Amino acid sequence: MTDATPMLEVRDLEMHFPIGGGVLDRLKLDSRGLRIERPVVHAVNGVSFRIQRGEIMALVGESGCGKSTVAKTIARIYQPTKGEIRVDGEDVASYGFAEMLPVRSKMQMIFQDPYASLNPRQRVRDIVAEPLLQQMKTAQDRKSVPAKTQQLLAKVGLNAEHAGRYPHQFSGGQRQRIGIARALSVMPGLIIADEPVSALDVSIQAQILNLMMDLRDEFGLSYLFISHDLSVVQHIADTVGVMYLGFMVETAPRDVLFATPRHPYTRALLSAAPSIKPKRDIEEITLSGEVPSALDLPSGCCFRTRCPFAWERCALERPTLKDVGGGQSVACHLVDEPDRDRR
Amino acid sequence: MMATATDNTLLDVRDLRTYFHTFSGTVKAVNGVSFQIGKGEVMGLVGESGGGKSVVGFSILGLIDSPGQIMGGEILLNGEDLAQAGEERLRQIRGREISMVFQDPMTSLNPLHTVGQQMDEVLRLHTDLDADARHRACVEMLESVGISRAAERLSAYPHQFSGGMRQRVVIAIAMLARPRLIIADEPTTALDVTIQSQILKLMRRQIAEKGASMILITHDLAVVSEMADHITVLYCGKVVERGRTRDLIEAPAHPYTRGLIDSIPDPANPHARLKQIPGTVPDIRNLPKGCNFRDRCPRAQARCAEEEPELHPQNAAQWAACHYPLQPGDSA
Repeated sequence: MTDATPMLEVRDLEMHFPIGGGVLDRLKLDSRGLRIERPVVHAVNGVSFRIQRGEIMALVGESGCGKSTVAKTIARIYQPTKGEIRVDGEDVASYGFAEMLPVRSKMQMIFQDPYASLNPRQRVRDIVAEPLLQQMKTAQDRKSVPAKTQQLLAKVGLNAEHAGRYPHQFSGGQRQRIGIARALSVMPGLIIADEPVSALDVSIQAQILNLMMDLRDEFGLSYLFISHDLSVVQHIADTVGVMYLGFMVETAPRDVLFATPRHPYTRALLSAAPSIKPKRDIEEITLSGEVPSALDLPSGCCFRTRCPFAWERCALERPTLKDVGGGQSVACHLVDEPDRDRR
Repeated sequence: MMATATDNTLLDVRDLRTYFHTFSGTVKAVNGVSFQIGKGEVMGLVGESGGGKSVVGFSILGLIDSPGQIMGGEILLNGEDLAQAGEERLRQIRGREISMVFQDPMTSLNPLHTVGQQMDEVLRLHTDLDADARHRACVEMLESVGISRAAERLSAYPHQFSGGMRQRVVIAIAMLARPRLIIADEPTTALDVTIQSQILKLMRRQIAEKGASMILITHDLAVVSEMADHITVLYCGKVVERGRTRDLIEAPAHPYTRGLIDSIPDPANPHARLKQIPGTVPDIRNLPKGCNFRDRCPRAQARCAEEEPELHPQNAAQWAACHYPLQPGDSA
C-alpha cells in the first residue's frame, strides 16, 4: 500500500447489541398479538473517520457514548453490525479469526485496566512475546524472540531483571508499560489505546503519555486514543472526534476543536472540564439531565434532550456531519440556522 | 509550627497517626498529620493513591477497623477529642455533626431499602421530628439537590437512579441533619465531567447555604482548585505542604506539589513533553530514612537522606516539609 493510504479508515460503522433475557421476559402482548421483542442497544450508529500514518486521533465522550465500542469493534473483538473497517486499505469488517491473524501484526491494542489486561500466571517475557510468537511460523524465526523481548522491555523503560517476574510484582504504571511493550512487539502501524492512562495517578500518567509520544516519534505509529479526559486529549491528539450516544457529533483538528468548538455538546464538555488555571473566558453551558438510554434513541438529534438550543426541527430530523471548513465537521442544525445560537 | 486553633476553628487534627498492622509489617498509612478547618471553609486533601488521604477521612469518623488502629494524635471537633470518644458518642456524631460522601454512588446506598427509608433513617436517629415533618424535610432536601418529582422518588430504590442521581441522593442524605462538617471522599471521580460539574456546583451551593465546612478528598488538583479554600498535600502518610489554594497552585514550595502540578497537561502548550515525576511511590511498609520523596526529587541532596524534614512556614500562609523548598519564581 502507498503512503497515501490511511492507516485506518472507518466508514458508517454500526454496532448493535441485542440484549439477552429469556423468551418469557421478552414476551409482549399488544394490539398485534403476542410477540417476542428483541431489544437492541444502539452502541455505535454510523461512525466514520480516518487516521493517517503517524497521526493520533482521539475519541472523547462520556461513559456510554460508544467510544470504547468503536475501539473494540475496530480491533475486531466485536463483529460489526454494518460498515467498513479498512486497516491499511484492507476491509477487515467481515474477517474471521484466522483471516484477522495477519492483520493483527498491523494493529494492536492497549487496554484501560493494567490489572486486568495481563495474565497473572504468565511471566512478563511470555506476555510480551505472545503476539510475536503468534505471527512467527518457523522455529528459525522464533529463535530471535527472546532477544527482541529484551529490546522491547528496554524501549518501554523496564530492564532485563523484570522479564522473569509476574504482573502482580509491578505497579500500575509499570504494568501499563508491559501492555505497551506487548502491543509494540509486532511493530504495528496502528495502536488502539482504550483509556490507557485513566487508571493511573497523575504523575504516572505523565510518564506513560511521554512514552507513547516518544514511541510515536520513533516508529511513526498511529494511535486511536480513547479518553474521557479532555486535558489528556488536548495534549496528545492531532485530531479529535467527539461522540455522544453512539454518534460522532463533531470532528476537527485539535487546535480548531479547542479554540472554536461548534457543537453544543462539545462546548458543554469544554466548559465543564475543571482546570487548575483560573477560569478562562469561555462561555458556560451547563447541561441538565443525563444521557438517554441507547436502547431507545431519541428521534431526530441524539443530543436534543439535553441541548439548551433545541427546537422543533431537532426532534424531526437527525443532523448529519457537515463540513464547516478548517477540517471541522459538525452534526448540528445550528450550522444551518446560526441565529438560533443565542442565549 | 502551625497556625494555632482560633475561635473560628471547627476541626483541629493534631499529629494523627493511623497504622495498619499487617502480616508483612506495619503500614503507617497516616503518620503524624495535622491540620485545621475553620467554620464554612472547604479544605482539599490531595495526593496520589496510597498517600493516606482516605484514611484521614475514615479516622475522623472513627471508621477504622482492625487491623487498622488510631495510634496517636487528637481529632478535636469544637474542642472534643473524637479519637478518645466511645462508639456510642461516635454514633451520635456520624451523620449529625459530621457526615460523609463516598466515592462510589453505586455501592454507598443500600440496594434493599428505598431512597426514602435511607433518608428517613438519618432524621429518625438524629432529630425529634415526627413522621410527617421528616417526610417533608426529605422531600425538600431531594428537591434542593435537583431531583424532580421528589415525593414520588422517595419510594424508588437506588437501582432506579443513574450514577449522577445516586450521588445527588448521597449528598442529600449527607446534608439532611445539617452537619457542621462534610467529608467528601472522591465524590465525583466515578462521574462524567458534565455530571461532575453539576455535582460540584451543587455541593458548593449547599455548603454556602448551610454554613457547613468540608474536607474534599481527591487526587484531582483541578477539582480542588475550583472548590477549596485551602489545600493540604499528603505523600506517604505525611503532610508535605499546605496553604491557600491559589498560593499553593501558583507557587508551590514542595517539589512533590510542583511535580503534581506540572504533570497536568498544559492547554497552552500542547504536544510538549510533560514534566514527569520519575519513579514510583516507595513501599509504605519500608520507607527510606530521611525524606520519603527524596528518591524522586530533583532537588534532593545528602541531607535529605539523613534527616526527615519537618513542616516549616514558607510565608504567612504556606507550610512545606522540605529542606530545600522552591522559592516563588524557581523552576522545578
